[in-house]
Amino acid sequence: MAREDDRMYVDGNGQLRERKLGYDELYPGHIPTSTLQKVLLSIGSAGMSLLDPSRDDMIATLGETTGTWALRSIKEKMEADPTGQRILTEQPVINTNTVSIDYLGSLPEGTFGKKYWHFLSKNGFSPDARLPIHFVDDPELKYVMLRYRQVHDLFHSVLGMPPHMLGEVAVKWVEALQTGLPMCALGALFGPLRLGPKHTKKYLETYLPWAIRNGQNAKFLMAVYWEEHWEDDLETLRQELNIEPPPIIASKS
Amino acid sequence: MAAPLKISGFCCRNEKPLANFIYRFLSTNSATKNETRPKNESRETHFGFETVAEDEKEERVYEVFKNVAGKYDLMNDAMSFGIHRLWKDHFIHRMAPVEGTKLLDVAGGTGDIAFRFLQYIQSQNDDPIMVEESFSIPTNIEAGAYSIPSDYAEEEKIDLSGYKEDTSHVTVCDINQEMLNVGKSRAEEAGIFTGIDWVQGNAECLPFEDNSFDAYTIAYGIRNCTHVDKVLTEAFRVLKPGGRFMCLEFSQVNNLGLRRLYDSYSFEVIPVMGQVLARDWKSYQYLVESIRQFPNQKKFAAMIRQAGFGMVTYENLTFGVSAIHSGYKLLKVVK
Repeated sequence: MAREDDRMYVDGNGQLRERKLGYDELYPGHIPTSTLQKVLLSIGSAGMSLLDPSRDDMIATLGETTGTWALRSIKEKMEADPTGQRILTEQPVINTNTVSIDYLGSLPEGTFGKKYWHFLSKNGFSPDARLPIHFVDDPELKYVMLRYRQVHDLFHSVLGMPPHMLGEVAVKWVEALQTGLPMCALGALFGPLRLGPKHTKKYLETYLPWAIRNGQNAKFLMAVYWEEHWEDDLETLRQELNIEPPPIIASKS
Repeated sequence: MAAPLKISGFCCRNEKPLANFIYRFLSTNSATKNETRPKNESRETHFGFETVAEDEKEERVYEVFKNVAGKYDLMNDAMSFGIHRLWKDHFIHRMAPVEGTKLLDVAGGTGDIAFRFLQYIQSQNDDPIMVEESFSIPTNIEAGAYSIPSDYAEEEKIDLSGYKEDTSHVTVCDINQEMLNVGKSRAEEAGIFTGIDWVQGNAECLPFEDNSFDAYTIAYGIRNCTHVDKVLTEAFRVLKPGGRFMCLEFSQVNNLGLRRLYDSYSFEVIPVMGQVLARDWKSYQYLVESIRQFPNQKKFAAMIRQAGFGMVTYENLTFGVSAIHSGYKLLKVVK
């Protein structure tokens, strides 16, 4: 509908206007935004996610509007790795169509897939429940963002962190160090402010150093083709990826 | 709380009532795309800056207001920094309604105008100060001075028969049930139970008799209607002779420098507010685009005259961001 030649048109009062990029033109769900709008959205979504924690879409929006540089750097790192390049080419998606929950449940205990299955079923999550991406202006970077959102739950499983506040913060530290996404860094820095005194002590003494060590020493987790590791033994997988198993205190997940 | 409406025959009286009836029957029963319809109905119109089929527009506007209803008032305050309250206050002040007025508030949705109308009259009753528009009623007339019968002059108050007996009433009419529901709950919260009715209806085809209202208002609604001319004709129809049409709507900012600022604010900031506060970018993008598509002050005044109204005037508010248009259904001039 919006071609180069008919970019200019006249509105109801005879004023000449430029038709900007329309919705869904770059990819389904895309909403074009100017730089000013991205800045305003970042500030607004940061504020709203603090004011109303139930607005999960605000954290997602914050990630999208602030993540362009980090997404580019993730993409470059993935391209430098053969498996990462394969992921970018094949663009796999994790949802109930591509992964059978029953298959995961049927795997033996101690496998990565079974661990993920425990994570989903115990917390009532579904791999389908991912918010759509609106504000990333490049279809390829949009895929990187999508991939990040999808494998977030897998990070929880491979790190052995439950989705409570403490576990989330730990995962955010690892993600911040690995991906460089500002939204992860903000979550890692501000999340702990909401921890109670008992958890804060655990956080500062055990989890924080552990998470930092993992973030720095682990292999580049975005370039891992997770779907090929369901049947791997979890401990072996962790060793391959240089991931330190979770601290003993947290072994309730 | 059903409104006392009597629909006599077809509610829209125009040249082709039968064709219209068939069209309305067909379009409510099935998807409109494949039905045969009168030639003049398959045109296109604007939906913001998008071009859509005319019958599609009504549906899409319905969806917009269904989605925004819950956060409508919050968003109004945020987008206009509360100034919309001043605009609406001024609007009612300009109307200066008196006790006994029967008002029809179209696209009245959440009730802002209706509540202000009732409050204005209430405050007039509580504290009957003389406003510029009112006339002073002489109470100490000497017999014969103005050729008034002496027994009449003995009365303490002059009884304007019929005037005080009727109470004021406002009928809020909106096409969107969600908006009406929000309005109803606001009324309940404010403790307003009498003098107000909520009716679902289409501004282009009102479910009311001819000549039944003293005043007709439409605030920030006419812009969303598919056929503005039909809305105006309907307004003319339902007003009593001597009745007043008043419209409060976004209009064109006359000052060029301010217009640039206003455009930037509208296009850059408002959709962002919509996403952050109401989780809905697209409805607020539609809102700012629809303002640009609506005719400016002069053009709209001409359209109002076209519908048969006389003494048509307009007043700019906040440099033209909003404008009040007013017209009267003048009594027929017998030549």
